Amino acid sequence: MFRRIDGGDNGTAGALSFDGQAIPFRAGDTVAAALLAAGVADVRDNPVDGSRRAPYCMMGVCFECLVEIDGRQNQQACLVAAKPGMRIRRQAGARLLPEGAL
Amino acid sequence: MSEPWDAVVIGAGPAGMAAASTLAEGGVRTLLVDEQAELGGQIYRAIERNRADPALARILGPDYLKGGMLVDRLRASPAQLALSTLVWRIDDDLTVWTRTAGTVAAVRASAIIVATGAMERPAPTAGWTLPGVMTIGALQILLKSARLTPSGRLVLAGSGPLFYLFARQCVAAGVKDLTLLDTAPTRQMWSALPLLPSALGGEGWRYLTKGVKLLAALRLARVPVYRDVRDIAIEGDGRAEAVRFTTGRRAHRLPCDTVGLHEGVIPHQQMTRSLDVAHDFDEAQRCFRPRHDASGRLSKPGIFVAGDAGGIIGAEASAQDGAIAALSALHDLGRLTDEARDRRIAEAGRVRRAHLTARPFLDRLYQPRAAVLDPPDAVTVCRCEVVTAGALRDVANKGAPGPNQAKAFLRCGMGPCQGRLCGPTVTAVFARETGLDPAETGYYHIRSPLKPITVGELAGAAGAVEREG
Amino acid sequence: MPPTSTHDLIVVGGGLIGSAIAWGASRAGADVILLDEGDVAFRAARGNFGLIWLQGKGVGKPPYMRWSLQAGHLWREFATLLVEETGIDIGWSQPGGLQFCFSEADIEKCRRIEAETRTDGGDIAITVMDRAGVEALVPAIGPEVIGGAYSTLDSHVSPLYLLRALQQGLQARGGHYWSAAPATAVRRDQGAFAVETPRGRVAGKRIVIAAGLGAAKLAPEVGLAMPVRPERGQIVVTERVKPFFPYVGSGVRQTVEGSFLIGSSHEEAGFSEATDVSTGAALCASAIRAFPQLAEVGVVRSWGSLRVMTPDGMPIYEESERCPGAYSATCHSGVTLCSAHALILGPALAAGTLPEAVSYFRSDRFDVQAH
Ligand SMILES: Cc1cc2nc3c(=O)[nH]c(=O)nc-3n(C[C@H](O)[C@H](O)[C@H](O)COP(=O)(O)OP(=O)(O)OC[C@H]3O[C@@H](n4cnc5c(N)ncnc54)[C@H](O)[C@@H]3O)c2cc1C
Ligand SMILES: Cc1cc2nc3c(=O)[nH]c(=O)nc-3n(C[C@H](O)[C@H](O)[C@H](O)COP(=O)(O)OP(=O)(O)OC[C@H]3O[C@@H](n4cnc5c(N)ncnc54)[C@H](O)[C@@H]3O)c2cc1C
Ligand code: FES
Repeated sequence: MFRRIDGGDNGTAGALSFDGQAIPFRAGDTVAAALLAAGVADVRDNPVDGSRRAPYCMMGVCFECLVEIDGRQNQQACLVAAKPGMRIRRQAGARLLPEGAL
Repeated sequence: MSEPWDAVVIGAGPAGMAAASTLAEGGVRTLLVDEQAELGGQIYRAIERNRADPALARILGPDYLKGGMLVDRLRASPAQLALSTLVWRIDDDLTVWTRTAGTVAAVRASAIIVATGAMERPAPTAGWTLPGVMTIGALQILLKSARLTPSGRLVLAGSGPLFYLFARQCVAAGVKDLTLLDTAPTRQMWSALPLLPSALGGEGWRYLTKGVKLLAALRLARVPVYRDVRDIAIEGDGRAEAVRFTTGRRAHRLPCDTVGLHEGVIPHQQMTRSLDVAHDFDEAQRCFRPRHDASGRLSKPGIFVAGDAGGIIGAEASAQDGAIAALSALHDLGRLTDEARDRRIAEAGRVRRAHLTARPFLDRLYQPRAAVLDPPDAVTVCRCEVVTAGALRDVANKGAPGPNQAKAFLRCGMGPCQGRLCGPTVTAVFARETGLDPAETGYYHIRSPLKPITVGELAGAAGAVEREG
Repeated sequence: MPPTSTHDLIVVGGGLIGSAIAWGASRAGADVILLDEGDVAFRAARGNFGLIWLQGKGVGKPPYMRWSLQAGHLWREFATLLVEETGIDIGWSQPGGLQFCFSEADIEKCRRIEAETRTDGGDIAITVMDRAGVEALVPAIGPEVIGGAYSTLDSHVSPLYLLRALQQGLQARGGHYWSAAPATAVRRDQGAFAVETPRGRVAGKRIVIAAGLGAAKLAPEVGLAMPVRPERGQIVVTERVKPFFPYVGSGVRQTVEGSFLIGSSHEEAGFSEATDVSTGAALCASAIRAFPQLAEVGVVRSWGSLRVMTPDGMPIYEESERCPGAYSATCHSGVTLCSAHALILGPALAAGTLPEAVSYFRSDRFDVQAH
């Protein structure tokens, strides 16, 4: 649970979607920051034990923020700048290759 | 065919920015690469966006704004910038392999400066994988880059200068419900005291005054502080809900919404390890650092390390360090006379030293708590592959000779973070079990790619075009 | 000075060969000590592909083919015993091996292997199939695959868990595993063997030199010849992917964890374990030909590891003439042969004999070839 220090709302630069839910964001937000600002509690399940995980380091070293971005899985949400219309999906377990590829 | 760059600098924090500016001003074609989208590195993150924002400037403090000068100098120099660009491999022939938005490129250089900075020391703690638990650095990054602060009950646990700095920044940012769990053993204060007098020399007194002011501000704001905190365990069902800990003989339980952990910073070893250069164990800072000479030169010809990547020295000294490595490289490239190099390195070295006087005192004062280096059996050490300290001890006691065999036997360090978050703890646990020191115990063998690139990108790498020099 | 540690059998080398022999000998009742180097060592056991691959193994070399096939057939029993004893899931499964063909020449080669195997009396069924046949097994194959060869005997294992299980199984039976204890000198002393290590002296009635690349130097001290040399193999590993390739592939396979292993190269690089981009790129390119969808998958690691190669690629097992009771054991497919090393060779060495099945693999065959 986070708030902007100016108390303002989250969405001044557009919105991305997280599993279909609209997530507004501000200029300069990374995907991870936008998700946390919107109250998303966790972004994936660990593939080994299924435990829920969320961004931990925000600087690209822990790989806990892995999400699917525009169809590409295992992207580090804390290193990718949020862009309007981006489609983000939660990942559960090991990555699945794109449907149709198999 | 494109000509190679004279110099490639990796990392755009204070060390890398100072190095790139110095090199480019010295007349060599310089490329500065950083994985982040913005200049600044960790301390000066988002400096270009924030410097004109008085509200943030007030919260982050004057030290943060110093980054503005480094950025201005860099922007004014002819150095070329490649942001959002990952370096995933360096070859012995000084080819730097990059990836920008799915495109792999091979960049040739005559000199390389590795300024990849620090990361927070992994703080394995019961419950640290729960959502709602982040590093204090991560919380600070949210503040700097997205103006976000935790909105509910916040507990910060750990020690070190950044621990208190961030607490102060939280107060300034209007965080209401904040509790501090200081894990530094009180007796460390006493063992650090003899180092205090020399810490006051040079610029040291500034750091200490700043620290004292910080603590005073926190007291004034009546932020509750528990000291000598041990046995931290975070609990919750699917996310952090409470922190348990003990002080003296008392057990506590604090309900919370967000937990920040911090146990100091250590060099981010991945890149220097991948170069197969020697690393020494720094007893005072309890971490490995690559072996280098006074100007950052590694044993691999043409490659330098600068800033916190070469050993924790802080932002101001890192900037000087970057300049020193750059001056050495300029001399190697035939752009500086012996005399000019020596004179300018001596100048930078004086400033660098002045900023390091307080280090030994701070290192002693904020040595990480024992449980961080030797967590209880049930604590997860490798977050990716979910390997506990107990499992590590088991293989150590059955004769596994060290971290690499443990990795083979348990898969620790084989997940996506490639051992960044478990490596230091695995070495520490092994050293403890075998009675060897960390240097003899060794570390994971780190190999490329330094971060995952795709099979397709690697397949295409053989034909990768060189970035224009 | 620490007292000498005395045992029935000293096994020098904690790779897959030494560990399998040590476990097997201790199951046969011997008091065994396994000596190994430290954490940083040339150890193919930690860097291999994990295949029990029998198609084509020993073609034109019937004793080698027979020994390999015998090992292949023993794997089920071996894996069951080891898992039962240690509780460590070594990830062994036998879905059969699939070799992909991208050209008529590839198919021709598979046919030749199949025919020669039959001529040599190999009891392994290899089915050469066209694209439709391969597609029926693995719908996900790429458009360039024009056929393949399938054999039911091939299997795969997690080689790292295998090594761990062997060493822990040895210790559970009261055997000893000493790491950071390289043999620096070996002597025969009044009918017994004495080995110097940094952790102290070790004595034993018998000794096996199974020290991988370290054997070349050590073996002559007890009158054995183990002229092995390194051959580098690079391997690329991906992140975990949901399972879609349930067979054993020779250049690409999916592990129990879901990662893809892509490899491995064959290079003369001396004692360098380095990787290089062009080799990794070539490996990845051929993996993508088999499975185009792998192009999108992340590479998390790559490594180079050194194979232990004899001059003719076949194993060496023999007893020293000068120092009876000293044995050599080396081969380049120590995963494949692991079952036989554990269940046949180990117990035989515990009893001080060499099994008849390996009598062919003496080192004097190299002298003959040299003349
Ligand atoms: C999270 C965090 C917060 C901190 N906050 C403060 C603070 O508020 N005040 C303070 O005094 N000190 C702080 N420190 C300590 C401070 O970071 C250092 O003292 C200082 O920033 C070191 O500067 P540097 O130039 O060596 O490295 P850094 O500033 O860390 O810069 C390193 C740069 O290298 C880049 N990089 C790393 N690997 C690669 C790669 N493979 N490819 C491309 N680029 C790469 C990174 O993206 C980063 O931008 C913090 C440290 C951390 C880890
Ligand atoms: C890239 C690659 C892929 C492979 N793929 C396969 C495969 O798919 N299937 C297959 O069957 N085989 C495969 N192999 C081969 C297989 O890994 C080896 O055959 C197997 O590891 C057994 O070898 P070893 O025990 O002789 O040597 P190693 O595994 O190298 O072990 C030798 C051991 O001896 C120790 N040692 C050395 N000197 C001394 C000394 N003086 N004192 C004490 N100890 C010493 C070393 O530290 C090491 O632990 C592959 C190998 C490589 C490199
Ligand atoms: S939050 Fe740690 S890598 Fe993104």
